[in-house]
Amino acid sequence: MTSAVRFEDVSVTYDGADRPTLHRVTLDIPEGELVLVVGETGSGKSTLLRCLNGLVPHFTGGTLSGRVTVAGRDTRTHPPRELADIVGLVGQDPLAGFVAEIVEDELAYGMECLGIAPDTMRRRVEETLDLLGLADLRNRPLTALSGGQRQRVAIGAALTSHPRILVLDEPTSALDPGAAEEVLAALQRLVHDLGITVVMAEHRLERVVQYADQVLVVSGGQVTTGTPAAMMAGAPVAPPVVELGRLAGWDPLPLSVRDARRAAGPLRAQLRALPPPADPTPAAVEPRTTEDPESGRIRVRRLRAGYRSVPVLREVDLEVERGEVLALMGRNGAGKSTLLSVMAGMRPADAGTVRMGGADPVTLKGHALLSTVGLVPQEPADLLYATTVGRECGDADASARAAVGTTAGILSALAPGIDASRHPRDLSEGQRLALALAVVLAASPTILLLDEPTRGLDYGAKRRLIAFLRTVRRAGHTVVLATHDVELVAEVASRVAVIADGEIVADGATGTVVRSSPLFAPQVAKILTPGPWLTVGEVADALQESG
Amino acid sequence: MALPTTTRPGPTATVGLGVRLPRSLHPLAWWAWALGLLVAASRTTNPVLLGMILGVLALVVAARRPEAAWAGAFSAALRLGLVVIIARTLMQVVLGDPIGLHVAFTLPQVALPEFMAGVRLGGLVTWESVLVGATEGLRLATMLVCVGAANSLTPPSRLLRSVPAALYEIGVAVVVALTFAPHLLADARRVSAARRLRGHDEGRISAFARSSGPVLDGGLERSIQLAAAMDSRGYGRAGQVSDHERRTQAGLVLAGFVGVLLGLYGLFDSAAPRLLGWPMLALGAIVAVAGLRAAGRRSPRTAYRPDRWQWPEWLTALVGALTAITFILWPSSALLLSTTPLAWPELSVVPALTVLMALGPAFWTPPLPSSAIPSTSGGTR
Repeated sequence: MTSAVRFEDVSVTYDGADRPTLHRVTLDIPEGELVLVVGETGSGKSTLLRCLNGLVPHFTGGTLSGRVTVAGRDTRTHPPRELADIVGLVGQDPLAGFVAEIVEDELAYGMECLGIAPDTMRRRVEETLDLLGLADLRNRPLTALSGGQRQRVAIGAALTSHPRILVLDEPTSALDPGAAEEVLAALQRLVHDLGITVVMAEHRLERVVQYADQVLVVSGGQVTTGTPAAMMAGAPVAPPVVELGRLAGWDPLPLSVRDARRAAGPLRAQLRALPPPADPTPAAVEPRTTEDPESGRIRVRRLRAGYRSVPVLREVDLEVERGEVLALMGRNGAGKSTLLSVMAGMRPADAGTVRMGGADPVTLKGHALLSTVGLVPQEPADLLYATTVGRECGDADASARAAVGTTAGILSALAPGIDASRHPRDLSEGQRLALALAVVLAASPTILLLDEPTRGLDYGAKRRLIAFLRTVRRAGHTVVLATHDVELVAEVASRVAVIADGEIVADGATGTVVRSSPLFAPQVAKILTPGPWLTVGEVADALQESG
Repeated sequence: MALPTTTRPGPTATVGLGVRLPRSLHPLAWWAWALGLLVAASRTTNPVLLGMILGVLALVVAARRPEAAWAGAFSAALRLGLVVIIARTLMQVVLGDPIGLHVAFTLPQVALPEFMAGVRLGGLVTWESVLVGATEGLRLATMLVCVGAANSLTPPSRLLRSVPAALYEIGVAVVVALTFAPHLLADARRVSAARRLRGHDEGRISAFARSSGPVLDGGLERSIQLAAAMDSRGYGRAGQVSDHERRTQAGLVLAGFVGVLLGLYGLFDSAAPRLLGWPMLALGAIVAVAGLRAAGRRSPRTAYRPDRWQWPEWLTALVGALTAITFILWPSSALLLSTTPLAWPELSVVPALTVLMALGPAFWTPPLPSSAIPSTSGGTR
């Protein structure tokens, strides 16, 4: 087998950094493999990916020692544009990398730069449109596409140049489960039908690990490689299917729901005899009898909202009691974010009423708003504007009328060890989310709204978030989170509402809603169905109790 | 409405020459057409003619505007035009000398110091000066709307395809810079809306000012991401050109443009030597074109589905040119509104007819390709 990519003793040190981001990495990626790159945020994953097409060091600066060869070309002598015909790179945010205005032109852009003959271009664009199921969208403006469509266009745009290696940075992290499956299916086809080498970084292991031929774990600048099963057996964090496998002692360790289900017969039989997990009802909430009974309750009636002539929400009815954790699910663009921003009073309703703790959120201002509703938007950086973390915390204390140090205290519980003199923009995705959460929670809002809180979070950060949301809920806060992350929903939500086309199409207890749809079911539910189990934790507790 | 719309492939989609396939008109044809109307508008202050030009622009834009990010350029230009008319009228009323005899009202006059003698501020206002201000404003506004119409009929990025290959990379830089502003505005809105969530309730303007830091940071980050993406996709790949050749070509292009500039200067400055006029212009143009061609041949770039120039393009560009030429050659006394003495605008038939002719592209240009989901998947609805 010829190797598509070879790293020989590669170290990368960025200017001004005191230690190398990648340290003496030697690895070999054979042609036609699907390679998964995993590691915590800030571990050097993106640097590794960007070494593959020469962006590191030609574009980013810094010093690269050793040698990276891609299809026989040395990246030291070939800048990214001279590697464009063999490496296709799809960045984390596809929209930021689009050059053209409509889908078809975007697909052709790379080929135009490479000087490919017009009739060949025409043919390849058509082939790519078909391969990725984009034919219906060919004349659409790129800004009018949904998240999944954008991601497929970005992949298509990289593919038309017929690269031998396709590099993707978190291709599914912003996508709903359906769109993620679409993208992964397309990648599968490329690897199997065309023999393209795919190198992909992804935090959502549960979505991708079963497709990988090889896993690269990047940690502290060091890279270890191995087969997925071998790497998962020893990994500190793993997708639920692997954790369940470890718990049940299955060998070989299953990586896909299919393998696990085949091994799970005895476990299912054993669990059938056990009592189902306690329904996580808000019974544990501390009573606040002295307060207004409306406090912490959400009432939405016949809500309509939209952008100009496009209705996003039509006739939404929703009631949330104090202490509930409601997960809003639904495909990209279904109206989840719009509903949250109406609830936070950021935009008025076109019709209908919204009452947050008994008040119309649009009329709330300043401290009254902060203590009633807190929203962490999809882009947590929008909330942050100070130049250092310390100043941000101080500002938040002041506007929340909280004791000095409140925000910093919450922050250190959520994400310990952030230097107060750092700029919020230099933080990792997880740290930035923690800061935004701390800023919002400083005022102790009775209702907490979270928009896509796990986007870009690694497993460690996600675990801390889950633990934190549980304490928030025990303290009697109402939480509404819009998310695509079914595993997060299974862990924290007490109730799930599914939005489609601006209407709520399903609303009920997490177990019922989530298990009724294969798209939204967490892995444990898929493996143990028809049992009522959703998370590895529940199964572990049940097994422990029965001895 | 009798106008052909993009969604209705009725009998208007066929004009004697068989069924016309939907496609976008060549961007240069739209620009030629809009610039023709712009030249025409610049030659007249007759509100009837100007109104007709505005009407023609609006109808054609309504019929042939694609669904793109720039489609709003026309209505933006209309709004800007209104501001221009008001500002121009106010300037005429407050600063200009009173014209004519029909006094409308008297503004308090500001006494100005000695050295500003000759400048008048306030005082007598006549209907004539209001009219002059308004019609001058209307003329400027119409010219603006012509540019707005061209932008909304064909987005700047499409125009980029027709740029000579040698200038392509400069063109990309310009287009990227142009799209940067709308993105920045969207970011600013989002960030200042988020400020409310932090409990800050300052006015809109100071919220905008306070959020400028994060917004600019975000914009810069996005630009860097775009640059990285373009670099990864082969933007700026060098063909097989030696440095020497590249320098010669760049020199030729530059010299050509300088020649064109000198030629234009010679044409407009009557005191300049005759040789600096047409001969210099022609020489400069030839040198520039030669340089661009040579550089273009060496560029490795190819074009995907280049825009074709067919009879609708010819007709559209021709109508624009015809309108412009008519307005240039027609005696200006018949095109300018008479204010002393005040009179109803008179309409010369020929210029009016040429303006009406410019409505043609709404009918003879091919219908736009639909960006809606075609019936293959939308048939179930």
